[in-house]
Amino acid sequence: MELGAYLAVSAVLFVLGMAMAAARRSLIYVLMGLELILNAANINLVAFARFKPEIGLDGQIGAIFVIILAAAEAAIGLAIVLNVYSRFGTIRPDDIDELRQ
Amino acid sequence: MGLQISFWIFSVIAVGGGLIALFERSVVRSAFALFGTFLGVAGLFLTLGADFLAWTQVLIYAGGIMVLYLFGLMLTKPSPFERNLRRIGLALGLTASFALLFFWRLFAGAEWGALPAAELPAPEPAARGIGLAFLRPEGWLYAFEFASIILLLALIGSVYIARRRSGPPPAEEAS
Repeated sequence: MELGAYLAVSAVLFVLGMAMAAARRSLIYVLMGLELILNAANINLVAFARFKPEIGLDGQIGAIFVIILAAAEAAIGLAIVLNVYSRFGTIRPDDIDELRQ
Repeated sequence: MGLQISFWIFSVIAVGGGLIALFERSVVRSAFALFGTFLGVAGLFLTLGADFLAWTQVLIYAGGIMVLYLFGLMLTKPSPFERNLRRIGLALGLTASFALLFFWRLFAGAEWGALPAAELPAPEPAARGIGLAFLRPEGWLYAFEFASIILLLALIGSVYIARRRSGPPPAEEAS
């Protein structure tokens, strides 16, 4: 398959992840949307590394760093979500509006 | 030919999982749909010749991060998170139109110098090259060590943030 096909799949995944994050059903749902966005970026990195041989392995290494940071982000984000839950009793983003009042 | 078939299979799995995750009523079920998406993306990595990255994706995303999110969903109240179709449609339309615009702009003047698929060299196993690139000072050694420090900090920080504090929570005092 050509490069454009991979870029198209990556764009669709990015749109789905962005819509998940914007739908704001729960904080964990938002975090899952962010993971989907990072996955879409990874597809781009690996596809460019494959179709442009002068990039070589550096694209895959960048994708590995993205996965590392995604793991760190998931751990921290989940800890914050649990803290929010123990404080507010809910993880719906629409209910957590203490600063707005 | 086989690569094309597997590309279509894996991209349908990935996109379908994402669609189910977006439109599914229960958040737990959309978390399970994301398993499919991550496995599909791992398959796409395989068709791109990134074998090490594909298995890393399966291990860390499907095995680690999604299980973490499932734990998070089960540690919080299983309240009915309503599916606001209007908001989902609005977000989907807005981001899709921006992405289409961006994609079209990219493709309008795109000259990336990418090889056509027929001329690509056969992929080699990438694990050895990645390991060598990580552990050479002229490669990515410092970034590699920095990433390990970041992971350690994230581990300690998340344990500190999520630990159960003694005494009444401040929210009850305020109310």
